[in-house]
Amino acid sequence: MTTQTLVHVANPELAARWRRATEEPAWVRWTLIGVALTFLALFLVLPLAVVLYGAFEQGLQVWWAAINEPDALAAIRLSLMVVLIVVPINLVFGVAAAWAIAKFEFRGKPILISLIDMPFAISPVVVGLIFVILFGSQGWLGPWLAAHDLRIIFAVPGIVIVIAFGTLPFIARELIPLMQQQGKEEEEASLTLGASGWKTFWYVTLPNIKWGLIYGVILCNARALGEFGAVAVVSGRIRGETNTMPLHIEVLYNEYMFTAAFAVSSLLTGLALVTIAVKSFIEWLDERQRPAGDSH
Amino acid sequence: MSIEIDQVNKRFGDFVAVDNVSLSLNDGELTALLGPSGSGKTTLLRIIAGLEQPDSGRIRFHGQDTTDLHVSDRGVGFVFQHYALFKHMSVFENVAYGLTVKPRSQRPSKAEIRRKVMHLLEMVQLDWTADRLPSQLSGGQRQRIALARALAVEPRVLLLDEPFGALDAKVRAELRRWLRRLHDEIHVTSVFVTHDQEEALEVSDRVVVMNKGRVEQDGSPEEVYDNPANPFVYEFLGNVNLFHARVQDGVARIGNLNLSAPEYAGQRESRALAYVRPHDIEVLGERREDALHAQIELVSVVGPTVRLELRTDNSENVVQAELSKHRYRELGLVQGGDAWIRPVNSRVFLEDGELQAG
Repeated sequence: MTTQTLVHVANPELAARWRRATEEPAWVRWTLIGVALTFLALFLVLPLAVVLYGAFEQGLQVWWAAINEPDALAAIRLSLMVVLIVVPINLVFGVAAAWAIAKFEFRGKPILISLIDMPFAISPVVVGLIFVILFGSQGWLGPWLAAHDLRIIFAVPGIVIVIAFGTLPFIARELIPLMQQQGKEEEEASLTLGASGWKTFWYVTLPNIKWGLIYGVILCNARALGEFGAVAVVSGRIRGETNTMPLHIEVLYNEYMFTAAFAVSSLLTGLALVTIAVKSFIEWLDERQRPAGDSH
Repeated sequence: MSIEIDQVNKRFGDFVAVDNVSLSLNDGELTALLGPSGSGKTTLLRIIAGLEQPDSGRIRFHGQDTTDLHVSDRGVGFVFQHYALFKHMSVFENVAYGLTVKPRSQRPSKAEIRRKVMHLLEMVQLDWTADRLPSQLSGGQRQRIALARALAVEPRVLLLDEPFGALDAKVRAELRRWLRRLHDEIHVTSVFVTHDQEEALEVSDRVVVMNKGRVEQDGSPEEVYDNPANPFVYEFLGNVNLFHARVQDGVARIGNLNLSAPEYAGQRESRALAYVRPHDIEVLGERREDALHAQIELVSVVGPTVRLELRTDNSENVVQAELSKHRYRELGLVQGGDAWIRPVNSRVFLEDGELQAG
């Protein structure tokens, strides 16, 4: 060992030839990086470029006309409204479910965890069909709903329900491991210091899960905007009424209005990019706020 | 504030964590709950705090029944093994927490809180860390902050769950002496859980030894160490040698050795075990009638003391003896050589199944 170290210091040329144990030769490195970059360019950057090119190919005015059109505006409004309803619902549910799973022991806990994962496992089209069977005019609750003059399928409530179902796991899934890892000692400490359960949640639990929660909300939001399959089944695709942005794009595309389809797509993509930017910013903030040497 | 634990039981599924424990802890005392892991000591502490509910039994603070009182109304200070400081709050905010979450009508003014928190931080000698985050402190410092935080609400009782368990040996020894001094100053009734017998004996006024959910012995550190109530306590509190013996009418015989066992006066001949601590075995270099012959199998020098492992002629077991280096040199003992041993202090327990005569 000693002689090696001496050589190392005395002969920099020789030292430069020694690689660290985890380092591969240059050609291996560049091949791997090249493959990864090509893949990214083909499958991520190229489609994005195509969308933007298609949207702006005929100029900004055409793009604006496609957006500023009653059906398109209705779709945008509907999508944003659905997000505003769905995300808070899943926020409350996700926090409550994660809290229950991470901090308490109860019978049937594994079943609850599996249930939360279910929306990820079931195909969106099947999800849509489930709710059609439940609430449709020929469905189980159909006659009752009709008798009370309530519309769920082919109306906004149905869209909200299937999107809430499809995005249910995001926040809970983000929080469960985080809260499990944090344990409940801080909460117990807060209680022994005389804080009520609500104050403990507000001052101790929530600040500890803050970043995870924001991250979950962003993912939930992104997915709620983009949800297609299940919505397509339950919405009935009534123009200007029950078409969300993804459905509206499909309608335009099927009617050979490619530029308009791309224009609305670019808007949806823009929202997604903003989401990703916000997410990265939050991760950066989280990283910065976390003091050095703290493993949590 | 005295603590009374009255026939408390707690089970987790099939596991009996606390088995009908009754204890009464005196006002201003520092009590150690000592036992191996799984002995129920932490569960008992958490029941006193209100962090667990007993299946049956009552907890009283100074005569007031607190069993059904919620943990946040019980007025206990609790110190956790892993500190449980609020990560996102500064040291100052951590210590002030118990005061700031009080309902507005009982909450002290900002200036009053500030004065009190700084006083507590001075008391734990960490007033210079007020603006830091817990993650910027060492383990020992964090635990002192946790203690200051618990004391800020002026708890009726202070409960500490393995408070030094996560610290390294040197810091642990320092901190437990510091805790003892602090307790002498503020005199709040305190209970701390530990599995470290040395810690329990050094720090506490009183030691409660627990095993399998039950109290095995309850007494002053000296009492518990010098007069263990049963074989479990004997073995748990330090090293011990076991000798097979026969007891008859106040005398225990080990080979040709007679030990006095006055508590068995009038006992008919029974099988028994004599418990002798390594430092209570006198090692001799020459034959004597009242000593057992043994061979020295191993000599290890640990600082100023010498530990011997000896094998007696009629025993399968190795006997451990401890003596000073000075005495060891004086006797001229060597590894592999002969020695004669004699218990100078022993405690005899009848073997299971033997009846004690009245």
